[in-house]
Amino acid sequence: MLITAPNLSRPDDSYARLIALHDGLSEDESHALNARLILILMNQIGDDAVLAQAMELAKKPT
Amino acid sequence: MTAHSTLAFTLYPYARSADQDRAEPAYHKVVVVGGGPVGLAMALDLGLRGVPVLVLDDNEGVGEGSRAICFSKRCLEICDRLGAAGPMMGKGVVWNVGKVFHDDRLLYEFNLSPEGGHAFPAFINLQQPYFEKYLHDAILAAQAKGSPIEMRGGNRVTQVTPDATGATLQIDTRDGPYSLRTDWLVACDGARSPLRGMLGLNFDGRVFEDNFLIADVRMQASFPTERWFWFEPHFKSGASALLHKQPDDVWRIDFQLGWDIDRKAELDPAKIRARVDAMLGPDVSYDLVWTSIYTFQCRRMDRFRHGRVLFAGDSAHQVSPFGARGANSGLQDVDNLGWKLAAVMAGQAPDALLDSYDSERVHGADENILNSSRATDFITPKSKVSKLFRDAVLGLAATLPFARTIVNSGRLSVPCTYDGSTLNGPDHAAMPPRSRPGSACPDAPTPEGWLLNRLTQGFTLLTIDAHAPDSLTAQGQILPRLALTATPELTARYLGQAKSAIYLIRPDHHVAARWETYDEPAVTQAFARALGKE
Repeated sequence: MLITAPNLSRPDDSYARLIALHDGLSEDESHALNARLILILMNQIGDDAVLAQAMELAKKPT
Repeated sequence: MTAHSTLAFTLYPYARSADQDRAEPAYHKVVVVGGGPVGLAMALDLGLRGVPVLVLDDNEGVGEGSRAICFSKRCLEICDRLGAAGPMMGKGVVWNVGKVFHDDRLLYEFNLSPEGGHAFPAFINLQQPYFEKYLHDAILAAQAKGSPIEMRGGNRVTQVTPDATGATLQIDTRDGPYSLRTDWLVACDGARSPLRGMLGLNFDGRVFEDNFLIADVRMQASFPTERWFWFEPHFKSGASALLHKQPDDVWRIDFQLGWDIDRKAELDPAKIRARVDAMLGPDVSYDLVWTSIYTFQCRRMDRFRHGRVLFAGDSAHQVSPFGARGANSGLQDVDNLGWKLAAVMAGQAPDALLDSYDSERVHGADENILNSSRATDFITPKSKVSKLFRDAVLGLAATLPFARTIVNSGRLSVPCTYDGSTLNGPDHAAMPPRSRPGSACPDAPTPEGWLLNRLTQGFTLLTIDAHAPDSLTAQGQILPRLALTATPELTARYLGQAKSAIYLIRPDHHVAARWETYDEPAVTQAFARALGKE
């Protein structure tokens, strides 16, 4: 079951880390890094049903 | 199939038949159109069951070119049942190991046969002409023992008129046309199936925008007998490359060329040699044996059964070569169709049993198309973002084992399991999932030989450490029993946590139903169900 309730232990730190990760990268480099990160996080989640829910949620326009 | 192309072997030269001199169309019970691997196997399966079968082919033997080279364990088991696997194993190159490279780095290797105790390896490599010749040799042997199989080369079907009880065929020969009447027609006439075209049936799916160059070369080389696949190879001969050994010191080399190419220029031997040289190094001498550029599609017919006309092999479904799912799935079609058609023709099963050929093999084709499409999407990414993720996977795979599970250079053919088939009967939860109803029986050694060799031509009741009568008469047939005692292999593959087992096994060696103990009404009911009587 996908967690949509707050689950980050340090939300501000984690978000700042994500943004800082891309400092100085070209757009192509940023895209490649994001792809690697998504794959690594996908493996961490593991469960295909949870991944499917996350992908479905991400697809919805904000 | 291209008429009048050069032949590797002349097997069934044109000979005038008495049918050509009849005023009325001669009558046949089953006509198979197409004498390729699927048509030959179809004729053999039916003939060995005593069903008279006539094969028509516009050529007179096997066309040139290695073409399909990877024959799977399941395919070999089927060929063994048909009496053709011996020479295939004798000539073929056995392999189990594959290696996947990115650039100049080995990403991972896999072994497709980690388990012992099977008669056949995961794969052999064998040029398609040999495969067809050995099937034809088995037909000659079967004919000598009285199997009613007839081959007619140089017979091209030009018109088909199906109806409720069969079909009428117009056939062209060098002596002029004639016509035939048949109860059943099996179309094994390949991806460009003229029969499918004549019947106006659709064949839809995806076209993949990429070209691949095959360069089969003959050389003395010390590469191991493994499947080597490169993504973005360091030698730059293609966007991907494959190296794979065949018999006769021939190696299959396959380069991914991209979509916008000059086909003619790419087939120039000098240009092909430049690519091969870059891969093998300047000092390796070799002959080009066969070269070809191919594109591919993943598609199938909506239905494989159209009344009395049945489609099998590439005429019904087509996949990319990655995964060795073309000829191997065609042989599984034959395996599925042979006993059903024989049973319906003998009045042992209702016509509806043949609908299960359609549903089971459509399921198989969809599985192959899914796997083939996914491999192709990985090898040939369709968009910028698809390539972005593909490259990210390859980058991570060098150091992170999880990413290697995503790398896809072809998920190689494994036997299809008919989950959810209407023919399936009861399952037993304590027994291993791998031999659940719908699955192909895993082979195993027994004191009297390989398990699959001990199953009968019809249905078999396999019992392991279980009480049951020596045979059961049900559905107007005798159901013979094969009684075994548990071995480590039988326990792992058939018993699981159960103390004993009763397996109802179909003539194609797929499991129909299983129980822990013998229950005659339950077995009788499952037998009826497996014959399409429910």
